[in-house]
Amino acid sequence: MNNKQSWIDQRFPLSKVINEHLAEYYTPRNFNFWYFFGGLAVVMLIMQLVTGIFLTMHYKPDAEYAFASVEYIMRDVEWGWFIRYMHSTGASAFFVIIYLHMMRALLYGSYKGPRELIWILGMVLYILLLAEAFMGYVLPWGQMSFWGAQVIISLFGSVPIVGPDLLVWILGDYAVGDATLNRFFSLHVVVIPLILVVLVFLHIVALHHVGSNNPDGIEIKKNKDADGIPKDGIPFHPYFTIKDSVVVVGFLWIFCAVVFYAPALNGYFLEAPNFIEANPLKTPEHIAPLWYLTPYYSVLRAIPPLFGSQFPGVLGMFAALGVFFLLPWLDRSPVKSIRYRSPIYKWILGTFVISFIMLGWLGVQPVTPLYVLLARIFTTLYFSFFILMPWFSTLGKTKEVPERVTG
Amino acid sequence: MSEQTIDLKKRRFLTKATSVVGAVGVGFAAWPFLSTWKPSAKAKAAGAPIDVDISKLEAGQLVRVLWRKKPVWIFKRDEKALESLDSEDLIKNLDDPDGTGNSKNQQPNYVTSNFRAIKNKESVAVIVGVCTHLGCSPTYRPEPGAADLGGDSWKGGFYCPCHGSKFDLAGRVYAGVPAPTNLVIPPYQYVTDSLIRIGVDQQKT
Repeated sequence: MNNKQSWIDQRFPLSKVINEHLAEYYTPRNFNFWYFFGGLAVVMLIMQLVTGIFLTMHYKPDAEYAFASVEYIMRDVEWGWFIRYMHSTGASAFFVIIYLHMMRALLYGSYKGPRELIWILGMVLYILLLAEAFMGYVLPWGQMSFWGAQVIISLFGSVPIVGPDLLVWILGDYAVGDATLNRFFSLHVVVIPLILVVLVFLHIVALHHVGSNNPDGIEIKKNKDADGIPKDGIPFHPYFTIKDSVVVVGFLWIFCAVVFYAPALNGYFLEAPNFIEANPLKTPEHIAPLWYLTPYYSVLRAIPPLFGSQFPGVLGMFAALGVFFLLPWLDRSPVKSIRYRSPIYKWILGTFVISFIMLGWLGVQPVTPLYVLLARIFTTLYFSFFILMPWFSTLGKTKEVPERVTG
Repeated sequence: MSEQTIDLKKRRFLTKATSVVGAVGVGFAAWPFLSTWKPSAKAKAAGAPIDVDISKLEAGQLVRVLWRKKPVWIFKRDEKALESLDSEDLIKNLDDPDGTGNSKNQQPNYVTSNFRAIKNKESVAVIVGVCTHLGCSPTYRPEPGAADLGGDSWKGGFYCPCHGSKFDLAGRVYAGVPAPTNLVIPPYQYVTDSLIRIGVDQQKT
């Protein structure tokens, strides 16, 4: 150990931290494709922070200037279009990665004990990220920004008794306006990113404490050699840092293709009406939130008003998010990984994934009786997955889990 | 020196008491911060009443004005439209036609229940153009029998493009649509026969 390093180590546990989290953090050797997305999510967080910081240097959070300042970034600021498209494409890419990251947890039972807290922290991160993305979409102050904000904020107005006052408090005015835009800017740029960074830190600390799960759902810490090193573990650095950097390059290749050739991605990443400035007198013909919010939006639309109130639908929408938190306690299967689960479980998980995707698709469609009916069916299937899980997760015959990881 | 013993009971009490006082303090300290989110004096002042001249309003015509930053529609209904608002044919499709059920707080008490306008001035409607579902602004579709809105059962009214809610020409909601209540009628009064003031209740006459 050289002198400089020991000087620091006497004053700050640098080597200890590096060893604990990189050089001596033992990671299961059987990681597959699904294990790319945690690292990629960190890359996306950093990209959004950096591009976001540079956008705030030119953007004006004022209802009168916001739209024009975004156009100014697009046309007059050198490379401004590139930074902005990186940020807008980055938001959608972040969600693609997060949804795959969550799918991994569903496939391999990563939410099950002893990783409940990692799952809960992750769910909080996911919900904050949805809020962050929603508020970010309001900032350009286009038609979709305005009317999307109108619809989503109105949800809070449906709360019994306090709803109308709560609504005015959130808006800071009697309608969506400058006050709303200004506070969303503060939340989007300062408050939520700060919390996100702290929670990501905690998410990783908790993960490194219990150790990573793997496609076999086996605890590698149960099988250690004489030196106390898991037999199926390899150090995160250099093995996975190298592997992940290849993945990052591959990812950036696709990412750049979207940024350069299809930044609006046919209306899925940036909707056409958002290139028109907000107009409080005219609602666009068809309003749909961005794709990553649409499954929940479908649940909201599927539930009819009850007792003269829209509140049940709003509750349903938030329940669709909240129910994920209970997953570690709803799943009573003795095995973690899909590889050893019963065939019936695989069918049910498949049905759930299809329901989620269908709800997402329905969320961008106009309201017709057929689509409402479909949304109701898939909403029922969606909730059935969670409600019936304590029962069906114990059904059928599971395969025997091996001692050591495979592949 | 006397023998020291730790009075655990006292310590627990003091810990709890300190925590409670601290929590109350945090609550008081949070109040100013949370209050900054309420509408500012400037925002409140901008909510003042507005005057609209309707002398040039033709039958069937609709004008949109902003009041408290919300769109307000002022439109004129012809005899035929008024007749249809009172017809059983339409009323059977409405959720709360006389505004006594779910929608009882959606209008001032001085408007008539069937036309939802000030007495003797029934042809002119004043309605806040914000859907009671999730706040979109419905589109004006006065033509009866529009094929895309249900053909014969459609007597003219408003259609919300966001979630498909339907309202008649008095802003009353159809049954079985996402919007739970009728559209809001703002407080308004006639200053003269052709000047409407929105935001102030009608004087008792």
